[in-house]
Amino acid sequence: MSVHRRGRWVGTAMLSCGLVAALAPLSLLLTNALKTQAEIVTNPLALPVHPHWQNFSLAWSEGEFTLGLCNSIVLCGLTVAITVAAAALAAYPLARRRTGGWKLVALYFLGCVTVPVQMFLFPLYYVYAGLGLVGNLLATAVILAAINLPLAVLLLRTTILGIPSDLDDAARMDGAAHWAIFRHVILPLMRPGMITVGVIVLLNSWNEFLVTSTFQQGARAFTMTLGYRALNGSIHADQGLLMAGAMIVIAPVLILFFAMQRHFVAGMISGAVKG
Amino acid sequence: MSVNVPSRRDDAGLWGFAVPALALVSGVMLLPSLLTIAASFTYWDGVSRPSWAGFSNYVELARDVEFWRATVNNLRWTVLFLTVPMAAALLTACLLLTRPGWQAASQVILLIPYVLSPIANVAIWTGCIFDPISGVFALFSRHLWHLPSPLAHPATALYGVAAIDMWHFWGYLTVIFLGALRQVPADQIEAARLDGATGLQLFRFITLPAIAPTIAVTFVIVTIFSFLTFDYVYLSTGGGPGYSTEVLSVFTYELAFSALDVGKAAAVALVIGVFGLAASLVYMRLSWSEL
Repeated sequence: MSVHRRGRWVGTAMLSCGLVAALAPLSLLLTNALKTQAEIVTNPLALPVHPHWQNFSLAWSEGEFTLGLCNSIVLCGLTVAITVAAAALAAYPLARRRTGGWKLVALYFLGCVTVPVQMFLFPLYYVYAGLGLVGNLLATAVILAAINLPLAVLLLRTTILGIPSDLDDAARMDGAAHWAIFRHVILPLMRPGMITVGVIVLLNSWNEFLVTSTFQQGARAFTMTLGYRALNGSIHADQGLLMAGAMIVIAPVLILFFAMQRHFVAGMISGAVKG
Repeated sequence: MSVNVPSRRDDAGLWGFAVPALALVSGVMLLPSLLTIAASFTYWDGVSRPSWAGFSNYVELARDVEFWRATVNNLRWTVLFLTVPMAAALLTACLLLTRPGWQAASQVILLIPYVLSPIANVAIWTGCIFDPISGVFALFSRHLWHLPSPLAHPATALYGVAAIDMWHFWGYLTVIFLGALRQVPADQIEAARLDGATGLQLFRFITLPAIAPTIAVTFVIVTIFSFLTFDYVYLSTGGGPGYSTEVLSVFTYELAFSALDVGKAAAVALVIGVFGLAASLVYMRLSWSEL
């Protein structure tokens, strides 16, 4: 019995180590964001003695985060809206028709989930540049939406598969066409799935770097991530300021994450494997 | 009754639902991908008219040391990610399974690194941990024994970058594995336990076979993303020092936008695409039954 209990104790200790490892770098971020460079160099592990709040206001102005926040909100908002709308529409026939051409369409989306961005990035960039669309938030949102769409379609299709098709049939008996069935029967019932997909897409687009940095060029087009990257390039020897900037960039995600934990965990377990 | 048998006309209306998604995915991913394939057979700087190059981009790549270095690094990256985070996540998930009280809070804690933006995660690790002046490594070097920043040396740089990415990724894998483990029927485990099975036997003969499909899917996904990995390498070392952390995605990006050799960049993109496609086919095969 004592062997078993010692084993359990060792397991608990290992689990605690794992959780500490997950959080330790973040505690470094929190404490060092409030310190001066000199204090960090002396001891990056020490707690701040006199919290250096100026780091945040300085990082905010140097990183142009007012502009970055507005651009990020518009870019991510458009991406989520386009993705969820187009995915919800496409998911309906894919869930209700599972033979012939529809099976091929499902396979097409499945195949596109894992297409590498580099496969289509370069021609797309030069086409966009030719059309003067580089730096255009809507044009970039269209790309991000398209990248997120295949997985979003498949996830919402699974949601609709969970809605009994008896409900469709009853509505059809009453003379409803596809659009009316979708609008009044399916759409209200798939809302939880849409929120989960929306949260995942929001997270992906907020954190996205490769496409955003390629297409949002010029300081006026910078998102928070790109503003922070510019800050990183111009300031090397002030880790306190850079950590404060990093805190600002992750704050919206952390707030969203804690507010919508349930949807996050549900969405991630449902197979939203990206990045 | 004809209500359950959809007519042809009826189904034509259904295609309208799929048009926006199909148009977006085809316009942004499929058509430009075909252009990439075409571009790989040309000399093209992205601006002027491309000229026909035949297979010369591919021939040049085959002789390019940097290309092979990047390919090998992608393979090393794949091996690292298929072992270290997988093992850590499986172990943590098993530990959590037998401690139900820990699960809710642990899932939240483990997912935090995963939801944060790569640029912030890289800033924390390069600035506060690995940095030779302001990092924890510097503090360690001053007071205990010399611990150089792994990112500064070609021999260790790839492991340094991978450490950052693995830290960000393993918690997510843990949550996935825990989700699968919780689906294993409790009565099977109970029956085996009554028969006197030890913890290790339980894992080997009940738990592991039950979650094998999940492990298979994660294996494929991890392989795919190991060949696509970009953010953590580009943001932390940019491929250096001395190409020691160069991976295909960073290599092709620099070819296209720094060297302006879009033709060769397209050829590299195609190589990534082929690796990705091979893994995708397995992924599609595994998911096919659910369609």
